[in-house]
Amino acid sequence: MCLAIPARVVLMNENQMAEVDIHGVTRTVSLSLTPDAETGSWVLIHAGFAIQVVDEEFAKESWELIKQIEWVDGDPAEVSA
Amino acid sequence: MTDLQAAWRDPELAKHLVDLITQAADRPIKLMEVCGTHTVAIARFGLRDLMPPNIALLSGPGCPVCVTANRDIDLAIELTHVDGVVLATFGDMMKVPGSYSSLQREKADGRDVRIVYSPLDAVQLAADLPDRQVVFLGVGFETTAPAIAMAILTAAQRGLDNFSVLSVHKTVPLALEALVNDPEVAIDGFILPGHVSTIIGPEPYRFLAERYHVPGVATGFEPVDVLQGVWMLAKQLHEGRAEIEVAYRRGVSADGNPTARARIAEVFEPSDAEWRGIGVIPGTGLAIRPEFAAWDAALRFDVTPPPPKEIPGCQCGEVLRGVTLPFECKLFGRACTPEHPIGPCMVSSEGSCAAYYRYTDYGR
Repeated sequence: MCLAIPARVVLMNENQMAEVDIHGVTRTVSLSLTPDAETGSWVLIHAGFAIQVVDEEFAKESWELIKQIEWVDGDPAEVSA
Repeated sequence: MTDLQAAWRDPELAKHLVDLITQAADRPIKLMEVCGTHTVAIARFGLRDLMPPNIALLSGPGCPVCVTANRDIDLAIELTHVDGVVLATFGDMMKVPGSYSSLQREKADGRDVRIVYSPLDAVQLAADLPDRQVVFLGVGFETTAPAIAMAILTAAQRGLDNFSVLSVHKTVPLALEALVNDPEVAIDGFILPGHVSTIIGPEPYRFLAERYHVPGVATGFEPVDVLQGVWMLAKQLHEGRAEIEVAYRRGVSADGNPTARARIAEVFEPSDAEWRGIGVIPGTGLAIRPEFAAWDAALRFDVTPPPPKEIPGCQCGEVLRGVTLPFECKLFGRACTPEHPIGPCMVSSEGSCAAYYRYTDYGR
């Protein structure tokens, strides 16, 4: 139920409503909970509302970071796999 | 972004994280997720089978539909019997059994029950049907509550006095405290719900780490997201730390969503709430503030449902606390299947029983 799906804002309308593109499907949602959203923003949509503006660059960065994680603790448990 | 989603399903990255998790898990640990979307992601992507034997992934009371008490469902059903009422709600609520019936059965019997995608659709319905009373059954955690708050604010602004909300919303952090205090459960760490955390941020969970020394990591919903959350928890436990961290940084800001929280605080105030399987947890409900009493269905309609009763044999309550696994219930997969569900954990697509039944071989 707490599913939220990424969408891109394509057109801002009046009353803080906007058209967003969700995998090629256009929906009208409210941006009233994300005042920073603008045309072109990636947002997370839940129950007809954008609830978060997603920073795409930040998402890419954190993905790259995980790739580089190595065990640095110095005292790892024995690898059993 | 679509490419990015694919990236968060990258098998190589997943394998890398499983190796790291295996390194970190130097003793048996029990991690619990408290979000139906995590329940489904873990089952659907087979993540439980990727875990080293030391790690148990449990599902907790994370499905808002499942944790809704019979008493509340019975009240919603009773409202459909009031002359002129149109009951609107999310599709997930339709099939959930109360003590005696479900909204779907009431609809089949001719009551006016409608599924909406957004609570704003229910507000529009009230504008379109001025001679009817539109009641929205508000279910969900902090992720959903801001949308319902906006619906009430919109109805107030438009002067729609034929719209009201029956609020059975619940909030997550204090429910986790109830689980931590439950000796039967004994959780080592929480996979915290990503989109609840989108709204509230990491701060409200901090007491779990500080007071109870139980770590938590706000986690996203793609396989790599979940594995990253599990790894961060396993690493904390390995290092003897208990902190609240965020793995799902593209979806959770350090301060959450303050605008959304302000809307919740404007319309709702904390109240006691009854959770299926757990009982009443003080301060985990969201009652409509007296200023908005005109849009509170619980006050507008004077209805009293018959006393609630539990479903015989159904162990949904124990499943929601993580003390019984779905396939340990006698009904699971025999009398109770997604086609013929008996309890809410099998009815809801995000219920633990439905997720185990659809995506795993356990108990077959």
